[in-house]
Order: sequence, then structure tokens, then C-alpha cells
Amino acid sequence: MISNATPSAPFPRLDVEGVSVAYANGHLALHDTSFQLQGGTICALVGVNGSGKSTLFKSIMGFVKPEAGKVKINGLPIRDVLKQHLVAYVPQAEEVDWQFPVSVWDVAMMGRYGSMNFLRIPRAQDKAKVEESLRRVSMWEFKDRQIGELSGGQKKRVFLARALAQEGRVILLDEPFTGVDVKTEEAIIALLRDLRREGCIILVSTHNLGSVPEFCDQVVLINRTVLAYGPTSEVFTEQNLAAAFGGVLRQFHFEQSTIQEHDGRKIRILTDDERPLIFGKDGHLEYKDRGEHEELLKKRSEEHD
Amino acid sequence: MTEWFDFLVTPFHYDYMLRAIWVSAWIGGVCGLLSAFVTLKGWSLMGDALSHAVVPGVALAYILGLPFALGAFVAGLLAAGTMAFIKAKTRIREDATIGIVFTAYFALGLLLISLFPARVDLKVILLGNILGISDPDIRQVLIISLITMVVLALKWKDLMLFCFDPGQARAIGLPAGGLQVLLLSLLSAMAVAALQAVGACLVVAMLVTPGATAYLLTDRFGKMLWLSAIIGVITSLAGAYASYFFNGATGGCIVTLQTLVFLAAFLFAPKHGMIASRRRIRCAATPSQS
Repeated sequence: MISNATPSAPFPRLDVEGVSVAYANGHLALHDTSFQLQGGTICALVGVNGSGKSTLFKSIMGFVKPEAGKVKINGLPIRDVLKQHLVAYVPQAEEVDWQFPVSVWDVAMMGRYGSMNFLRIPRAQDKAKVEESLRRVSMWEFKDRQIGELSGGQKKRVFLARALAQEGRVILLDEPFTGVDVKTEEAIIALLRDLRREGCIILVSTHNLGSVPEFCDQVVLINRTVLAYGPTSEVFTEQNLAAAFGGVLRQFHFEQSTIQEHDGRKIRILTDDERPLIFGKDGHLEYKDRGEHEELLKKRSEEHD
Repeated sequence: MTEWFDFLVTPFHYDYMLRAIWVSAWIGGVCGLLSAFVTLKGWSLMGDALSHAVVPGVALAYILGLPFALGAFVAGLLAAGTMAFIKAKTRIREDATIGIVFTAYFALGLLLISLFPARVDLKVILLGNILGISDPDIRQVLIISLITMVVLALKWKDLMLFCFDPGQARAIGLPAGGLQVLLLSLLSAMAVAALQAVGACLVVAMLVTPGATAYLLTDRFGKMLWLSAIIGVITSLAGAYASYFFNGATGGCIVTLQTLVFLAAFLFAPKHGMIASRRRIRCAATPSQS
């Protein structure tokens, strides 16, 4: 993958300030929701279905007007930010009409429309950017395919390429791993890490809890309002998640992973999807392999002693 | 031989036939262009609704001696606005909303026509009258379709994005609401123009069938646009020409032709046709030799 960090691009800042959004029937979808993020983060937006994840996305993109509060990016109201096309959105697969007669190239080019002239005639730089973006997600060979003729993972990557072509600094991904094979999931995560390094704010809505500690450094837990937000290690606790999900916790016995002797080899699992989230004895997070976590293991051992 | 030839060129000897042929072709082409957007956006029902909802506007304009296009256009937009309003304010589903609103407008139109039978001819509005179209009406139709064509030529990419992914349109700062109003306005405008050619009952065919046919023939939007425009031009031209021999049912001729072209695409389209997909299924079912 090509790394093209542009140090000149300023790190963005996202402020969600006391946002309340009501449905047409008067019920509140979100109530007094507040959090803020600085550039250079991958933040998970976690909550049960109907907790207001997509409503929050819509407010960040300015699709719904909050009854109270506001969303600001770089201190500017969202209306002005959209004109600078700073916010890129990768939709859920179900939201897209895959039979629409457009090619992979066409879709990626749609990311450039905002910065093109009145007639949307692509300039050389637009074409170069689209090519670069498609290559970055390894979709260049498929550029002439109609989008319906792609696999689940490829479909996702096309829309990621569109976000890259748009050069968005705040990137919203809605359930990016649904219907995606493991290889693509890893490729997407690697790409998101690159974007984090380039200073983007990446907000990922997911209920795939197990993958969150793997690549998200921050978490916003919501259920109609923000229950907790901050670094993953602090927020992604059993207590918080139980509050967010009202989840049933079961105990399993494991021999591998970061579980240690002093934990009594017992863990707790929280899951509403294919990948479970695993907790150790004191409710701390467990990782599925020991690699990269020596520090953590040592610390926990010391604490135990 | 020459007798046959003479017989076939007779329509061209009449001024009114020539006029009908080229005006139809022109309307058919622009409607064809627009139909690409209508089919992909899923607005066929909306097209049908608008073509009926413009009737009270047309009737009122004739009664008051105003340009018919003006009345029709206002009525069309009012109807679209009414639908949007009811949909936003109640729990009624969109199809029911459309059903209620367009019949209401259409009924009002019928009422107006029956109150002033001397000023407007119901048959003309319902079935069109391209053979007897007056010069001022031709002028209005031409202006409407010229504007529509220019707007489509300039903004087709924005409208395509709006049809494909209104969320993305908004996210990159395009006025998605404005694009929706624009597309609805173009739809109303062309419904009015096509009303002259084929009448209110068949307008929806002009605004849907060419696009649907082209959709079966290609996987590229740009190609779909010009294919549907060409289908619109050729079927309308040939339909108007043929209507000389059928004594006046221009709308019937044009739409029957469009349906035939659609059926041909439905069966024989290289990739999305019925025969091609049957063959694909058969190939997939039998294990390959290699």
C-alpha cells in the first residue's frame, strides 16, 4: 500500500455538543449527546441496534438537524464543512443500489465531484487521485467492473476508495466488516491505521465488539446518549458494555490468549456477533494472541503480585 | 414498386404530418433522456402521478387563456409538494400517498373540463393531439424540452450521483434537496410536453420505457443516457409516422413501438436479457469441460 502522508493537512477536530435528535413521532433518537475527537484516531461507535448510531452519523453529516446542540468540525458548523468536502462516508452495503449502471472507476470518481468544476469534468489530477485511491485498496484491476459484479469485500473497498479520492479528513464507516472476508477485514484495518497516521478522524460504527480493541484506540459507547467515551482500555470495560448492551455474560474456559494463571484461566465473553469480546478476571480486556501485549501482561502480573 | 413508395411517403406530403413527426421525435428524445434518471431513481410511479396531476393545470390554463405549460407546471409542482407534505406529516406509505394525491388532482381536472367543455377537449388531454397541435403549443413544447435538455446536459453527473447515492451528494456539499426539486421539475415539465404527444394516459410510458429498455442493454450510465434518448427519438418518430396509416392514434403507435423495443431487449439483451441469463444458468449448472 502506498503511504502518502500529507503533513501539511491540518489535523481535524470533531465536536459533538449536546446533540438531541427527535424522530417524526416525537421520540428522542439521541439525547444530549456530547463527545469530542482529535485527528489521528480510530474511534469505535458502539451500541445496540436502535441506540442512535446511524442518527449520530446523520447528524455529523448534517442530514438531520438536531433539536438541540450542534456538531462542529474544526470549530465550523457542519454546513460549511460539507462545502469543503472534509467528511467522507462509507455506507452500509444494504444502502447501495448495486444494480446501478456505474463502474468501480465511476464510483471512486464520485468522491471527486465536490472539488470539480460545475460540469464535473475530471481533470488530470482527479484521475490521478482516483487511480491512486483504487490502487491503495487493490481495486485498480477491477476499475471497469460494474459494481454489482464484485464480492462483498471488494464492494466495501470501492467505497473506501471513494472516501480516499475525496480526501476526507473525517471518515465515517457504517458497519465496515459486515459481509467481508477476514483478509479484506485485515486490509481495511491496515488502511484505517495508515489514515490514522495521516491524521484523519475515523469513526467506525460497529457491533462487532471483538474487533474493537484490535484497531480502535478510542470508543464512544452510546445508547440514545453517550454512556462513556475515551481510550479503549478505559471505556471498553465489562461494566460499561453490560450497561450498553444489557448483555448476558457467560463464562468460558480458555487455554490460549492473554489469559494468565492468576486469572484462574477464566474469562467472560460479551458477544452479539460472530466475534466475541473477552474479559479476564478483574474485568480487564483480553486479547486473542499474546503478541504485542508483553507490556500489558507484565503489568497485570505485577499488579496481581 | 413506385406505388408502394408513393404510399409510404404520403405522410411527408402533409405539413401537419411532418410537424407531428419531428415534434414527437424531439419530445421522445428528451423524455428518453429523462427516463434514464426516472427508472434508476425508482420514480416511475411519480412520473405517472405527475402526468395525471398536471391535468387540472392544463385545463385551468386553457380556460383562462394562459400558456398551458405554465398551468401544468405549477399543478405538477403543487402535486409533488402535496405528496411530500403528506408523506412527511403522516404515517401513510408513499404509494398510498401518491395514489391519493394524483387521483385528487386528476379528478379536479376532469371536473374543470366538464364545467367548461367549450374551452378544453377532454379527449385531447387524455390522448394527446400531436396531429392537430397549434403553433403556440409547439413553441411551448420546444422551449420546455430545450430547457430540460440543456439542464440535463449540464447537470447529468450531479443528478446521477443524486439518484445513486444522495448521501454522498450531500456529504460533498451538493444541494441534494435542490437536485431532488430539479429532477421533479424536469419530470413535471416533460410530463407536460409529452402530454401533447401521447396524452396524459400514456405519458408515463415515454418517461419510463426507453430508460428501462436501455437499462437492460448496458452497465454504464453514460451509455444508458444516449441509448434511451435514441430509443425515444426513433420510436416517437416512427410512431408518429405510422399513426398516419392508423388514422390518428399517435400515442398508441409510439407507446406500442416502445413496448416492442422493450420486449426485444427483455428477451435478447446480450447480458441482462432473459435468453442470455437462461443460457448463463444452464452453463453454470452443467460442469465445464476444462
